[in-house]
Amino acid sequence: MASEVMASSAKAEILRRIRAANGRASSLDAGGVEAEWTSVEREYRRGTSREREAVLELLEDRLRDYDAHVVRVANTGVAATVAKILSGRGKKRMVVPEGVAAEWLPAGFEFVMDAGLSATELDGFDGVMTGSTLAIAETGTVVLQNVAGQGRRAVTLVPDYHLCVVRVQDVVETVPEAMARLQQTAGLTTTFFSGPSATADIEMTRIKGVHGPRFLDVVLVA
Amino acid sequence: MSGVLDPRTSPPFPIVAKTMLGDSQLRKNVRHATDVIQTKRARVVGEMPDWQALREAGRQIRSHTMENLDFYLEELERNCTRAGGVVHWARDAEEARQIVVALVKESGSDEVIKIKSMTTEEIHLNPALEAAGIHPYETDLAELIIQLGEDWPSHIVVPALHKNRQQIREIFQKKMNLPELGERPQDLADAARMFLREKFLRVKTGLSGANFLIAETGGVCIIESEGNGRMCLTLPETLITVAGIDKVLPRYQDLEVVLQLVPRSATGERMNPYNSIWTGVNAKDGPRNFHVVLMDNARTEILADEEARQTLNCVRCGACQNACPVYRQTGGHAYGSVYAGPIGAILTPQLQEMHHAQSLPYASSLCGACYEVCPVKINIPEVLIHLRNKVVEQKGVSAEALAMKMMGMVFMSERRFRAAQRMGRMAEVPLVRKDGQGVGWIGWLPGMLGGWTQVRDLQEMPKETFRDWWEKRGKDGK
Ligand code: SF4
Repeated sequence: MASEVMASSAKAEILRRIRAANGRASSLDAGGVEAEWTSVEREYRRGTSREREAVLELLEDRLRDYDAHVVRVANTGVAATVAKILSGRGKKRMVVPEGVAAEWLPAGFEFVMDAGLSATELDGFDGVMTGSTLAIAETGTVVLQNVAGQGRRAVTLVPDYHLCVVRVQDVVETVPEAMARLQQTAGLTTTFFSGPSATADIEMTRIKGVHGPRFLDVVLVA
Repeated sequence: MSGVLDPRTSPPFPIVAKTMLGDSQLRKNVRHATDVIQTKRARVVGEMPDWQALREAGRQIRSHTMENLDFYLEELERNCTRAGGVVHWARDAEEARQIVVALVKESGSDEVIKIKSMTTEEIHLNPALEAAGIHPYETDLAELIIQLGEDWPSHIVVPALHKNRQQIREIFQKKMNLPELGERPQDLADAARMFLREKFLRVKTGLSGANFLIAETGGVCIIESEGNGRMCLTLPETLITVAGIDKVLPRYQDLEVVLQLVPRSATGERMNPYNSIWTGVNAKDGPRNFHVVLMDNARTEILADEEARQTLNCVRCGACQNACPVYRQTGGHAYGSVYAGPIGAILTPQLQEMHHAQSLPYASSLCGACYEVCPVKINIPEVLIHLRNKVVEQKGVSAEALAMKMMGMVFMSERRFRAAQRMGRMAEVPLVRKDGQGVGWIGWLPGMLGGWTQVRDLQEMPKETFRDWWEKRGKDGK
């Protein structure tokens, strides 16, 4: 097909131009590129510098700084805390992804499992409740991936409210620690969120919630 | 002001800049916005004891990528294709527009929801879509303001920062048919939410740029704050991503550097509210068809220019714009391109094969503030001087070219630059003539610099350098 011929010639032409610009005629061997990449100096902080408790407090602080509400509970108290938060916010009908821990879900509320609900259906829920892959204390960030208990991206996006459970063992201090943990599952769809949706496009005033969830509660489980 | 910012047809910088200087509302809006971001940026950068090490790693990763760009692009294509994506290559803007228009038509939709993307602005994609009967909806709040206001973006990161709330309210009242709309920022954001939600839930084709492409995984990373990006990436059936070939990163791990540098530099946030990373298609999550268009559009020409190729390291954070005294006075439109400020002054002429270069590389005071804030250490003054040199060579005035080359040398290092400023103040003493107000002027310069002062007077070097004054002014909080 003519368009395919055009496409392949565009690719060949661009690669040729790049090689010419870099003073080469042919492609590189992977080993050489790899060795060069490895020699990039990475003198920045890669690990933790704080005590464990200080890391957790930092996460709480940074999340609050981003307008999230945070509570810390013992492992056995999750359902009771969830019940309290949901009643406080007047939420009754929540969507949850498949694989969310059953012991986190309190009685007296309706939890509907997402089985490919349409965007319009998702829009009809009071909120969504999920687990998380990890959290980064220094930046106040929670990371979700498409795995059991966290589900597909639309589920945590369309409802106006998100209640997210983070386990303390999944909290790291810095971004490099987070990326090292995520490396194994780099191919999964991944969402980082730091507080609820926000914009500063109007006179640089931070406004909560434009299109994503406007309200975020984080339950930090010891 | 509808239409597009096209460097080929825009009037030169000094002429537009003059008009902009007369628009005090615009200047006030721009100054306010850039002040806010700069203050926030300084605070969150100050929190990072390893900031300089991160910048250096950022610079090295970006330079390494450019040196091996063909390798990484091919790796990206392999991995993206394996994950179910389709990769297209476009030599120039025209080819990219054709590919996108054809893909949208193939998707069966005559509407697209768009994430803010300077790359699509660069190639004037919206007019091309409209000409093909496809309606694009901008979904970033600032881009929506621009689209509904038939205006142009004036900043890479906050494209509508030249508009204040009253102006935004008027646009929304008229275009969304909401005569009762209030003017609190919250009212305006709520109106945008209502206006766009229906489109997010309905439109079947999404269009995005990319902050980063990851060669190792074939993935794409988008950084945003409102969630409009997530809507466009997640809900449609087809997603088309248009990215410059310069957007590639070697490894997933490299995100650990750029995800620290970019949010702090761009908006003064420790992390922006949302980052999305996806790879090809996932049967149960997001679009079923995914296309990425890798576009050259003069980037390889920049790569071939040894002294200017660092321009390609840019991660489009906009920090240099906020720091630039010239940008802060004139606003973004004077640059005649979607890339404004210091980065625009070097990128635009190069993307346009030195069209518009007659004035843009001069749209700078060479104070070095842009270099200091750049998260990947692009030496913008050095590139500016190099481009001025090119302009002058085109004109064939060799003495000025030589002087520019010398200045280029000086700008290669900040130490040398500061030293030259000090030396200059001492060396010029015998040359200065005082005018009636006690302001010193240099009417001629000795030796080869004479050609320069033949056509212009050079003001006496101030006791304090501009850069020193600017820094002090910042510290005084003025
Ligand atoms: S040149 Fe540097 S500071 Fe300016 S936008 Fe690019 S990366 Fe940011």
